[in-house]
Amino acid sequence: MTETATTAAGVFGALHGPFARTALGTDFVRQLRADAFARFEAAGLPTPHDEQWRHTSLGPIAAGTFRLPDDRAADGGQLAPLHLDAYEAVFVNGRYSPALSNIRGLPAGLQVASLRDQLTSGADLVRTHLSQVAALDKPFTALNTAFLDDGAIIHLAAGVIVEKPIHLVFFSTSTGTPFMSSPRVLIIAERGSQAKIVETYAGEAEEAYFTNAVTEVVLEDGAVVDHYKRQVESDRGLHLGRIEARQGRSSTFNSFSLAFGGALSRTDIDVRFAGEGGECGLYGLFLGHGTQHVDHHTLIDHAAPRCSSREVYKGVLDGKSRGVFFGTIVVRPDAQKTDAHQTNKNLLLSREALVNSTPRLQIEADDVRCKHGSTTGQLDATALFYLRSRGIGEAEARSLLTYAFAADVIERITLPALRKAVAADLDLRMPGAGAIVEAAS
Amino acid sequence: MLEIKNLHANVGGNEILKGLDLTVNTGEVHAIMGPNGSGKSTLAHVLAGRPGYEVTQGTVLYKGQDLLAMAPEERAREGVFLAFQYPVEIPGVSNVYFLKAAMNALRKHRGQPELDAFDFLNLVKEKSKIVDIDDSLVKRPVNEGFSGGEKKRNEIFQMAILDPQLAILDETDSGLDIDALRIVSNGVNQLRSPNRAMVLVTHYQRLLNYIQPDFVHVLVEGRIVKSGGKELALELEQKGYAWLEGAPA
Repeated sequence: MTETATTAAGVFGALHGPFARTALGTDFVRQLRADAFARFEAAGLPTPHDEQWRHTSLGPIAAGTFRLPDDRAADGGQLAPLHLDAYEAVFVNGRYSPALSNIRGLPAGLQVASLRDQLTSGADLVRTHLSQVAALDKPFTALNTAFLDDGAIIHLAAGVIVEKPIHLVFFSTSTGTPFMSSPRVLIIAERGSQAKIVETYAGEAEEAYFTNAVTEVVLEDGAVVDHYKRQVESDRGLHLGRIEARQGRSSTFNSFSLAFGGALSRTDIDVRFAGEGGECGLYGLFLGHGTQHVDHHTLIDHAAPRCSSREVYKGVLDGKSRGVFFGTIVVRPDAQKTDAHQTNKNLLLSREALVNSTPRLQIEADDVRCKHGSTTGQLDATALFYLRSRGIGEAEARSLLTYAFAADVIERITLPALRKAVAADLDLRMPGAGAIVEAAS
Repeated sequence: MLEIKNLHANVGGNEILKGLDLTVNTGEVHAIMGPNGSGKSTLAHVLAGRPGYEVTQGTVLYKGQDLLAMAPEERAREGVFLAFQYPVEIPGVSNVYFLKAAMNALRKHRGQPELDAFDFLNLVKEKSKIVDIDDSLVKRPVNEGFSGGEKKRNEIFQMAILDPQLAILDETDSGLDIDALRIVSNGVNQLRSPNRAMVLVTHYQRLLNYIQPDFVHVLVEGRIVKSGGKELALELEQKGYAWLEGAPA
């Protein structure tokens, strides 16, 4: 176990020693943390020379001073705006809060639980699945795993279909030195099961903190999981998140990433087709204003034949914000009959906003249908005039057209409870948009 | 109602309108005809306040006010309506929502309360008959996936809802087959009113078989070179525009 703070990873080294000594967990979990930290230390923080990190500076994290989160409580009032009509598990500063959660009355075959309990009880699910989908070769997965302490486990038994959504809320509240929380989510959808899962990341306004989240999703054959990530961190929050899904035969994974908050945020979504006939949809909407930096990296690995993927990412950048979209689709040599579409469209609302878009196809099979495209533009002046010529004021007209730009992603959010919440999120950033979403519901 | 004097306007640095005069009174329907590039559409857009259309000289009085000093939305709220030649598609925003937003902007300006959903839907139902626009088009996103004819009908439908005092129709007949032209014209005729003035901008006389104007003006190279009654349109149909080019204003 390393306790030095002399490497590039030194910022975190000073934290890890005391953490590793006191954190709960079975020997398996302790060993996993130690291995993960060793991997993180050996690799160090990525630099701009790393192609995957070329457009996103980790300066605020590398230069930061962090502490481990304390057991502060949040009051229900702070969380009320985040609430959805769902089975809800709430985490404050990364720690499960039974008092704020409501996971009573789960249907048979559905388990939603604090990961911490599983880490200490030696549950089979943890041994079998934890750290199997999200590999430690990604530095922030290694860091998350090194500080593995709590999070959520969602288990769907074979054939179980859960209608009501499952909502995980990660709320950060703090004063003083920013802390780092490392929430971990493990989703196991057994054969033919179906669920809709929402992860919300939020924080107390104006507070600075660092959330380093990892979600692993195992979809067994025929499973259907709709996964929504709603990132509305505080304006000073730093957020790194990685979602990795491994899809069995004929399974369906739909992922939404709604990234609206944070000073610096990056979400990586990696999907791997491990069996034939799988389908996945990756949809994203990111909004930047002020000096926000919002990054998405996606990777769809067509490692099996006859799978189809659809990807639509939209970015709306205002002020001096920066957006990054880096989307890779890999089609392996034996992944014949692959059908993959990828689109990234960005809207720049100010002269100083900027986006880097890198769509990439890496095709190693010959009988495939793959398309990708990327465009970046501004609001259409004719459309703006059209709306104004009907009496709609300029600011409202701009909001309306901004909404229209993002509409095809928002309309795919079929969960009524989430649509309502997203309408409110959008309304803060494009006044009037909420009413349009409501009108279309 | 509308008094245009010596109007000069540039688009992209080129002078398109070169001293245009036109007076339109309440209740009148005026047709502006002219060859391509004569400035017909520019006039329509200048009146609606399109950014980038720069007025360099002249005045436009609308209900005694300086129209050119108003933003496009203010003009609309004061009762000016432009039916676009190429209506814009707005994905994700339903026609109903869009119209309600526009309607309420107008009402707010007049100090009237917002229409409630019930009254608004009744209004929509009533006005949709004017251009035979069905419910599904009303609920669909604005113009998205509409045929050419549906787009033009939607323009007239919007006009019917917003009930303008001055309606400017820019090449409303372009791209319409005969059936669509009949429906659109029929809609426009129903909207003729002693309280409303209309300016029809068109290249072809065809539209005027269905909508009979009170006055016809010929626009050539940015100026009105000839004005007359509806019979002037027929004369243009027979002779074309060439005989008027280079004619004195």
